[in-house]
Amino acid sequence: MKSAVIVFPASNCDRDAATALEEMTGQKAAMVWHQDSELPEVDLVVLPGGFSYGDYLRCGAMANQSAVMKAVKAHAQRGGAVLGICNGFQVLTESGLLPGALMRNAGLKFVCKPVTLSVEETQSAFTRKYDKGQNVSFPVAHGEGNYYADDETLNRLEGEGRVMFRYRDNPNGSARDIAGILNEKRNVLGLMPHPERVVDPLTGGTDGRALFQSLIEALS
Amino acid sequence: MTSITQEQIREHGLSDEEYARIKKLLGRDANLVELGVFSVMWSEHCSYKSTRAHLKKLPTKAPWVIQGPGENAGVIDIGDGDACIFKMESHNHPSFIEPYQGAATGVGGIMRDVFTMGARPIAMMNALRFGEPEHPKTRHLVSGVVSGIGGYGNCMGVPTVGGEVNFHRSYNGNILVNAMCVGLARTDKIFFSAAKGAGNPVVYVGSKTGRDGIHGATMASAEFNEDSEEKRPTVQVGDPFTEKLLLEACLELMATDAIIAIQDMGAAGLTSSSAEMADKGGSGIELDLDKVPQREENMTAYEMLLSESQERMLAVLKPGREAEAEKIFRKWELDFAVIGVTTDTHRFIARHKGEIVADIPVTSLSDAAPVYERPFVKRAPVTGQPAYDKSKPVAQSLTKILATPDMASRRWIWEQYDYSVMNDTVVAPGGDAAVVRVHGTKKALAITTDVSPRYCRPDPFEGGKQAVAEAWRNLTAVGATPLAVTDNLNYGNPQKPEIMWEIVAGIEGIAEACRALDFPVIGGNCSLYNETNGEGILPTPAIGAVGLLKDVSKLASIGFKRQGDVIILIGETKGHLGQSIYLREIEGKEEGGAPPVDLAAEKKHGNFVRGLIEQGRVDTVHDLSDGGLLVAVAEMALNGNIGADIGQASLPDAIPFFFGEDQARYLIAAPFAEAEKIVADASAAHIPVTELGKTGGDAIRINDKDRVTLTKLREAHEGWFPRFMGREEIPLTN
Repeated sequence: MKSAVIVFPASNCDRDAATALEEMTGQKAAMVWHQDSELPEVDLVVLPGGFSYGDYLRCGAMANQSAVMKAVKAHAQRGGAVLGICNGFQVLTESGLLPGALMRNAGLKFVCKPVTLSVEETQSAFTRKYDKGQNVSFPVAHGEGNYYADDETLNRLEGEGRVMFRYRDNPNGSARDIAGILNEKRNVLGLMPHPERVVDPLTGGTDGRALFQSLIEALS
Repeated sequence: MTSITQEQIREHGLSDEEYARIKKLLGRDANLVELGVFSVMWSEHCSYKSTRAHLKKLPTKAPWVIQGPGENAGVIDIGDGDACIFKMESHNHPSFIEPYQGAATGVGGIMRDVFTMGARPIAMMNALRFGEPEHPKTRHLVSGVVSGIGGYGNCMGVPTVGGEVNFHRSYNGNILVNAMCVGLARTDKIFFSAAKGAGNPVVYVGSKTGRDGIHGATMASAEFNEDSEEKRPTVQVGDPFTEKLLLEACLELMATDAIIAIQDMGAAGLTSSSAEMADKGGSGIELDLDKVPQREENMTAYEMLLSESQERMLAVLKPGREAEAEKIFRKWELDFAVIGVTTDTHRFIARHKGEIVADIPVTSLSDAAPVYERPFVKRAPVTGQPAYDKSKPVAQSLTKILATPDMASRRWIWEQYDYSVMNDTVVAPGGDAAVVRVHGTKKALAITTDVSPRYCRPDPFEGGKQAVAEAWRNLTAVGATPLAVTDNLNYGNPQKPEIMWEIVAGIEGIAEACRALDFPVIGGNCSLYNETNGEGILPTPAIGAVGLLKDVSKLASIGFKRQGDVIILIGETKGHLGQSIYLREIEGKEEGGAPPVDLAAEKKHGNFVRGLIEQGRVDTVHDLSDGGLLVAVAEMALNGNIGADIGQASLPDAIPFFFGEDQARYLIAAPFAEAEKIVADASAAHIPVTELGKTGGDAIRINDKDRVTLTKLREAHEGWFPRFMGREEIPLTN
């Protein structure tokens, strides 16, 4: 599986994503600068966590205007896999690749801690190696992860099996405990928790490995 | 040229004697710009004029020290060509006036000190002191400082992995915000600030210069009074986004060989960075202020030289490399300007609109700055064991102590810090020391910050020793070999002989402990004049320290891991209750002497415990400090969610045994067979060792009778902070 990690100014989980991808796939990920208008030939594009453009204006809003996002959208259009983590999820909702929006946490504070998620769906390239209903522990680290969408959208997401992860103990006020969702074509996943931070037993656990293993199996 | 008035001299925080000295150095009157330059360079904050004579007593050398004090940060060798670069610095005065920006720019400033030397920051720590919880400003300050630290550090993508927080009324008007940054570089890629050679371009990179923070260094060198709120305009405003770009751009430039010298613009901004670089390089420097990127219109030379706008660096490049450097900074959308040149005149010269606005011999800003041997009055240390009520039930006191402001869980704070970004955090906040892996290796760094200010008032010397010993112990307790120290000396007004004594004795205590423990001081910072309306803070010499784990798989942490482990106490328990948490929180007394620190015992006990961890014989260790033995047991139980059954040994009275704060002690938990061997080995080495009991169950049971459940302890321990911070906002009145 070939992968690329997009680097926006003040992305800060780009190295973590690249390290996890290399560890899991045995291949280096291509680091793609936000001003590049073309992507290398890859199976997976990762929009990493961080504070792209300082989160100024609105999280993800300015990143969505960058040159590289046209190429990311085209990649998604072609059916290529896109994984948006944390700030990457915010960029995906801003870009319209995923519905809804991420608002300020209900507690109004940044929150960093491991959270338990239930894997809601396994019918996807991102979650096929998990068991349905399985509990996994991923860390969250965000100030604006409070997922919002109107009821119609939420019903649709649930009805179409596109809610992929739910919080067992909601840390940010997200609607219906939603932690991660899929697009209609099921090739774009956005989630607030960080699977790339749980691939090593020494530094937080290994519950994220199955997400990368799923992608490797589905895309290789 | 209009001559300088006495009022102007006062406004610049200079004395008449100091101005006379300036005139002598210049051979003429100073102009206003020059007066401003001298005032910041000779401020306590920049010149260490009250402490310099005493700081020389600190040991600064060891075979593994690459760079000691005097650079932007200290550097140690951690093997395999890796270097660890770290420093701690205060941002106390601005944080009191504007807590969010004060703390945020404190974080930004210390990060720049570290990455300007070529290191990628990999961990942040902090040491915070606030006033008493009931003080109307305290919650506002806690909230602002914590979100400021998080706001900046989180955006930078550098994990904030721990720290310490105390509350005490002596900080009501002077909170302390000490931030520490630890970075990694290669030993052959370390950058220094000596601008050697003439004719080299001086380049300015980063943010534009505005009018913020003018005279921040001078403010940080004066006492507060009721009018301090008016100083808000001298607090800088931070932009972590720009700093993140500056970090990446600097590291990219540092991968080339274009740089001769580089330094961040911190306190006293452009003035101190340029003057210090010229001074260290034995050169001169000429600045053309018209070329300085400016955020506001019509800025004067005075404003540009003294601005403390954030996220700026000054570099001296090899001639001809400007275009290459500019390309990198443009890529990161940062300002880049060649604003001057190095010279061989040994003068600091600034031009503005075609005129020379400052012309000062470089050494007059550094070596010729005044050094004061300020008088001090020795005070005999307080001694004696205070009285206490022997009948108080132990378990009940434990529960109460765990819910006090100084002992309650800090989860409310550290969950606002991204402590796991960079994927190398092995031990997160809440342990003895944080442990961060050296990326891509099996090595790890252990990091801690420590001081017990309540010991430092009755006995500044023992208090200084204890701060170092506790830091050393915390690193040891995770299995790390302690390597070096950065100190952040927070005190009151050095012009008061009784305060000066606290400073002198504190430094001497630190020096003695660092010498005994082979623990050199490689950098630091002094923050004096922490007084409001004449009341000084408790002496607070915060120690930041770093140790190395050669193999991170051999690591100990505080949580109990198995039922039925034997709990072993290493070290002697004499039951020292003076200045203890118990005495203050249960008896309501801040009395008695500080616990004496036997450095030979510290070393012997610590080396023994570290040996056990390194040999893979134990994985559960906690050092004993605030609150004593029983608090440590409770912390281990809560962390591992396994109870304990312990009995009293070696002392007739339960309270001093369980709550005394004797030093040089550790708790270990190990399976029976191993525990027996450890006890035998310790005895053979003449190290005091006691079997206290066993792990297991869901409660702490004491002497078979007294008992408290983990649920109740957890409620007490975790409950205080959220309840304190969650109360309805008290409106601020000025």
